[in-house]
Amino acid sequence: MSKNDSSKVLGLEQRREQILASRDPSHPIITVCAGTGCCASGGIELREALEKAIQEKGLDAQVKITGCRGFCEQGPLVTVLPQNIFYTKVQLKHVGQIINKTLVEGQPVEELLFKDPITGERCIHEHDIPFYKEQQRVLLKDSGAIDPTSFDDYLAVGGYKALIQALFEMKPEEIIAEVKRAGLRGRGGAGFPTASKWELTRKAAAEPKYVICNADEGDPGAFQDRSLIEANPHSVLEGILIGAYAIGASQGFVYIRNEYPLAVERIQIAIAAARENGLLGKDILGSGFSFDIDVQLGAGAFVCGEETALMASIEGFIGEPKARPPYPSESGLWGKPTNINNVKTWATVPYIIKNGADWYAQIGTETSKGTTIFSLVGKIQNTGLIEVPMGISLRHLIEEIGGGAADSRKLKAVQTGGPSGGCIPESMWHLKVDYESLREAGSMMGSGGMIVMDERTCMVDMARYFLDFSKFESCGKCVACREGVKRMYEVLDYITRGYGQEGDIDLLEEMGKSIKIGSLCGLGQTAPNPVLTTIRYFREEYEAHIRDKKCPAGVCKALITYYIVAENCTGCGLCARYCGESAISGEKGKPYVIDLQKCGRCGVCMDVCNFDAVVVE
Amino acid sequence: MDIEITEIDTILEKYGQEQRWLIPSLLEIQNAYNYLPPEALERVSERLKVSQIQVYQVASFYKAFSLEPRGKHIVTVCMGTACHVRGSERLVDQVGRVLQIKPGETSSDKQFTLEVVSCLGTCALGPVMVVDGKYYGNMTAGKVERVFKQYTKKEKEEVAANE
Repeated sequence: MSKNDSSKVLGLEQRREQILASRDPSHPIITVCAGTGCCASGGIELREALEKAIQEKGLDAQVKITGCRGFCEQGPLVTVLPQNIFYTKVQLKHVGQIINKTLVEGQPVEELLFKDPITGERCIHEHDIPFYKEQQRVLLKDSGAIDPTSFDDYLAVGGYKALIQALFEMKPEEIIAEVKRAGLRGRGGAGFPTASKWELTRKAAAEPKYVICNADEGDPGAFQDRSLIEANPHSVLEGILIGAYAIGASQGFVYIRNEYPLAVERIQIAIAAARENGLLGKDILGSGFSFDIDVQLGAGAFVCGEETALMASIEGFIGEPKARPPYPSESGLWGKPTNINNVKTWATVPYIIKNGADWYAQIGTETSKGTTIFSLVGKIQNTGLIEVPMGISLRHLIEEIGGGAADSRKLKAVQTGGPSGGCIPESMWHLKVDYESLREAGSMMGSGGMIVMDERTCMVDMARYFLDFSKFESCGKCVACREGVKRMYEVLDYITRGYGQEGDIDLLEEMGKSIKIGSLCGLGQTAPNPVLTTIRYFREEYEAHIRDKKCPAGVCKALITYYIVAENCTGCGLCARYCGESAISGEKGKPYVIDLQKCGRCGVCMDVCNFDAVVVE
Repeated sequence: MDIEITEIDTILEKYGQEQRWLIPSLLEIQNAYNYLPPEALERVSERLKVSQIQVYQVASFYKAFSLEPRGKHIVTVCMGTACHVRGSERLVDQVGRVLQIKPGETSSDKQFTLEVVSCLGTCALGPVMVVDGKYYGNMTAGKVERVFKQYTKKEKEEVAANE
């Protein structure tokens, strides 16, 4: 059937036209970001207050929520349309000003506009802000514009056009060929060519076939999958539908972390809307293709991000990885051919179908195509979610988009790839962000978390932190990972507590190599990376801990001392009030003193001091 | 908390009777009781025809499940990398001190359970603490006491209202 013969397609297109016709672009709309970040800083209350104020004033304006807009540090974010005025850090007390000044008079509220920290100028629009200016938003393009709970909003931006095109104008093989030509590689971290995986699953003989969307984003420091689902769940769904059609799958699963309640809610709303509108179920849009999808919640196990463990978890077992081959494309869920891709990979598919492989392939580098989303966090000015073309340099990303150091301290490294990745020193920030360069540097792309560290971050402590994580998350199946990571952690823990010995560094390196060889899945194979890269690039910090019993960054409790600088201390006594060990004493109005014998080195005094009087060495 | 088997059955009726439904049903029971009562696990085993040892294996493997009763308020401190570099360790120490419990423990008055998680995905707001689903971003050790005062105050008011 051609798409013109399908009454369901015509119905959907008609609905799209009606929606577009009914929307007046000059109608005032206030959008409030309702991603987890902005909700945490008061987005929901803000929306209610705005709605109430508009109603009370009897104004003709609409308040609407959007998904995560990425600039979480500056949240809650509010935009006033049609002028497209972009407000940051909006609080309840600003509601009146926004209504009176912007909505009624059409003027921006100066104090809510983002102030460029370098030029000191106020930015009226989102695209004037350096954080946004340097990005290339494909997957996140509609994130700040559409209401993630509204099917109509997705239709209005051309949603499900790619699906219609795929179902009625393309053969499954043509879709796979297009994705291949686009050069899309898996965004879950490993970078396996997506089309090859699809092809293998398609060619597998057994039926039924399954597709899975891996939204078990367990890497600490990464939240792009969560934000994408929260902001534009239909784009993920459309990608899965196109993929399932190309592969010949009849059932899909979205495996999503239990820790992401908002994302779970949004994808469930999207699935219900798609089902209601004939985009899921039997004979989708009259194309003859039948497919349905279920949401499966994770129960808090990092290892379930690994594909075989994830499938075991869907089947109702503990998440232990299995040896491959056989690969999931041949024998996956319940022994049937299964294709599993990351959230971002699925969400990219509709754009490739809609805009063509050539368009996609011209973004990025020779081997890594397209854009990718990073969560840029840590000790920088602008933290949040960013989308950039592959091949952008780390320095550009951190200094231009991230705005450089958050305070006067010097940045020293960036950690990519989560517990599987490594720390890349500042001296190597000329590196291009793509699968190959990062791997050569001893790190990896991973799922896209990027954590920037400054001179107050101890690299030995960082390595210990990641091993603590991997030790905790190891499923226990392989001895090398279960026992080896634990032993490596112990060595690191000893070093950070001042018991390091000559030869420890060599021992760590040797153990790291053995664990890489002796583990079945990605968790174990990559667990030593954070240690190996920090030894490679920050060996002197290890040596300082081991030989001089000093922590240059002032982090490792056993090796540091807190004291109060008398000249700066005003004698307010706040530190003494907060000190849990009662180690601080003094007389009001005179400099206080820390009793080093009692000091638990928790650093609370430093946190609460308003005069920078507490220092650490 | 009293466990009504009929309540467990109401939850289980929503799901099919196969291994596949083990994790979803346990999650729902966990949400309803804040932990997995032994009576419930027995019921799950009977209904899904999964041996009790396997039910316990799954219940103890995944971190979302707790086999011990938990407090009225669940306090979660994020220990993700972004929170870590911004001082979450100091934060969790301070929360522990204020509530007088260690991570994983429940206060003796059964009011608070302190938990640490690997990442909540709100890295841009780190360090993050969540109390009963409410997020507290950019937390410092100094703010902890003030936050918990709200909860203990509310508690006292409720008790007073009931008396």
